[in-house]
Amino acid sequence: MLLETVNLTKKFGGLTAVDDVSFSVEKGKINAIIGPNGAGKSTFFNLVSGYYPPTSGQVFFKGEEITRLPSNKIARLGIARTFQTTNLFERATVLDNIIVGNRLRTQSNLWDAILRTPRLKREEQKCLDKAYEVLDFVNLTNHAHSVVENLTQEEKKRVAFALALATEPELVFLDEPAAGVNPDETEGLAELMKKMVDHGITVCLIEHKMQMIMSIAENIMVLNFGKKIAEGTPEDIMNDEEVIKAYLGGERHAEVK
Amino acid sequence: MSRLLLNKRFALSGLLLLVLVLPLITSNAYMIRILILTFIWTIAVYGLNLLAGYTGYLSLAHAGFFALGAYTLAILTVTVGLSYWLAFILTLVFTSIVGALIGMIALRTREHFFAIYTLCVGYIIYLIIYNWEGMTGGVRGFIGIPSPGSIGPLEFNSQISNYYLVLFFLVLTIVVIYRIVHSLQGRTFMAIRNSEDLAKTIGISTTKNKLIAFILSTFFAGLAGALFASFTRFIGPEISNITMTFDFLVYLLIGGIGTLSGPVIGTFIIVWISQELQFLQDYRMLVFGPILVILIIFAPRGISGFIIDWNLKRKAKKQQIESMKDMENNQEVKEG
Ligand SMILES: Nc1ncnc2c1ncn2[C@@H]1O[C@H](COP(=O)(O)OP(=O)(O)OP(=O)(O)O)[C@@H](O)[C@H]1O
Ligand SMILES: [Mg+2]
Repeated sequence: MLLETVNLTKKFGGLTAVDDVSFSVEKGKINAIIGPNGAGKSTFFNLVSGYYPPTSGQVFFKGEEITRLPSNKIARLGIARTFQTTNLFERATVLDNIIVGNRLRTQSNLWDAILRTPRLKREEQKCLDKAYEVLDFVNLTNHAHSVVENLTQEEKKRVAFALALATEPELVFLDEPAAGVNPDETEGLAELMKKMVDHGITVCLIEHKMQMIMSIAENIMVLNFGKKIAEGTPEDIMNDEEVIKAYLGGERHAEVK
Repeated sequence: MSRLLLNKRFALSGLLLLVLVLPLITSNAYMIRILILTFIWTIAVYGLNLLAGYTGYLSLAHAGFFALGAYTLAILTVTVGLSYWLAFILTLVFTSIVGALIGMIALRTREHFFAIYTLCVGYIIYLIIYNWEGMTGGVRGFIGIPSPGSIGPLEFNSQISNYYLVLFFLVLTIVVIYRIVHSLQGRTFMAIRNSEDLAKTIGISTTKNKLIAFILSTFFAGLAGALFASFTRFIGPEISNITMTFDFLVYLLIGGIGTLSGPVIGTFIIVWISQELQFLQDYRMLVFGPILVILIIFAPRGISGFIIDWNLKRKAKKQQIESMKDMENNQEVKEG
């Protein structure tokens, strides 16, 4: 396992958004977190990516504790994430958005910028190369110079993927990557996630689209009111009594079809 | 694209040549004086632009740091009696250090809280200058500040030599800012301006980089202040007043916040218009107010931003037409 949480809990005042959750993200697989609205999925992501500290519990990445590290340090360790709502710089081009994604793997500072040192030039080239590499990965090379605000929702999601990949992660957390995207395009995004895994990047996603989850995820955790109510393969999840009761309810047969 | 770049280069060289020969073709001392002051304001506005325009943090303490630079130079040269250029360098170091200390606290806040916090900082600097009579001369002001000391054969006693000295620092400022903005460091600032949350998740230390931007902005404010003190040779507490910050801000907004040419364009245009409208005295604000309002509504990124956007649109349109032509051609080929 690549990332592990132990009794992770987050309270917002009286509300326990994430309640005593222990979960392992398995290396080289597509992992998924599902659950009804407000179940605490995004909060769980925010905890493991250092967006805010947990009330209690621990997070381990490759055996090392990262519980209270700030998010920029966690990113450097090789954990990337996307947000539920894409917050790209809409008025800039795709390329301009992506180039800075590799900044964390560079060393040049203010003096390099003012003196235009060889190191700066080398690293700027490196960031540019990386940007083209990840744009190629997500099939957006032809949109490199498009302004983000003119892209479709699905293309914006791809840009967000590309930005996450530009940080050279080992593990990516994707928060509802297919939300607001039509079924045909959802297929394409699912392919993209498989491609990430093929390239050695472990994926963990949150998704409401059950069909997609059941077809691509190998390891699923179900949250309900902040608590983990089930964990396992799609098979396990679909046959889990508690999951059926709490989440799938009467729709089970319709969903499985 | 390349033609545009070439045009730009051409225009820039022409402009530089013009300001270089200007003192030789005019003997209007008043005009030279106004130009020198404009150069100095422009340097200060560049500092503000780096922080407010590129990093997204609007500091209202900018005049405070400008005054800090001016008074530090005055005190170090006159009261302490240091040689001019040593005092000059120490002034820059000192304003940057004060900037770092204040930035560390101020940057814990965001958006309007940051603006309010820095507004208070600026006011406190004003109060200190106003009340610490023994050191600053209080309301009477500080007189007898020396002109820049000579560097080898270069002396800076005449107005014209001061003109070139200040112009030198302005060009240096523009080059440095240009390089910062067009580097990974500049992209880092802009990533923070766009979304601090996103910047953090792609591994950028927002705390460190915001502080760098803040220190840089105070550095350029201090530089402008030091040049101002030794050019006017008399300073009063009003240079640290909030109205001065608002002047800088108006220059920046009209020229174009977050653009490279904005500070120059805004400062020159507003100073020039104010000169032309001098007969109106304080009623000038009746003219500026509406201009500013109209500009913010129709061109939120100022004159410079308006031109940039207009160019982009034109380019996009051209591309569209070209791709449409391509499609037509392809169709013809197919049909033929
Ligand atoms: N910063 C916050 N402060 C207070 N409450 C919060 C905060 N963030 C989330 N919550 C609350 O925590 C609970 C879990 O929210 P979360 O966003 O994690 O749900 P989710 O499972 O991602 O839901 P969705 O599927 O709608 O995205 C919700 O009740 C939400 O209102
Ligand atoms: Mg959510």
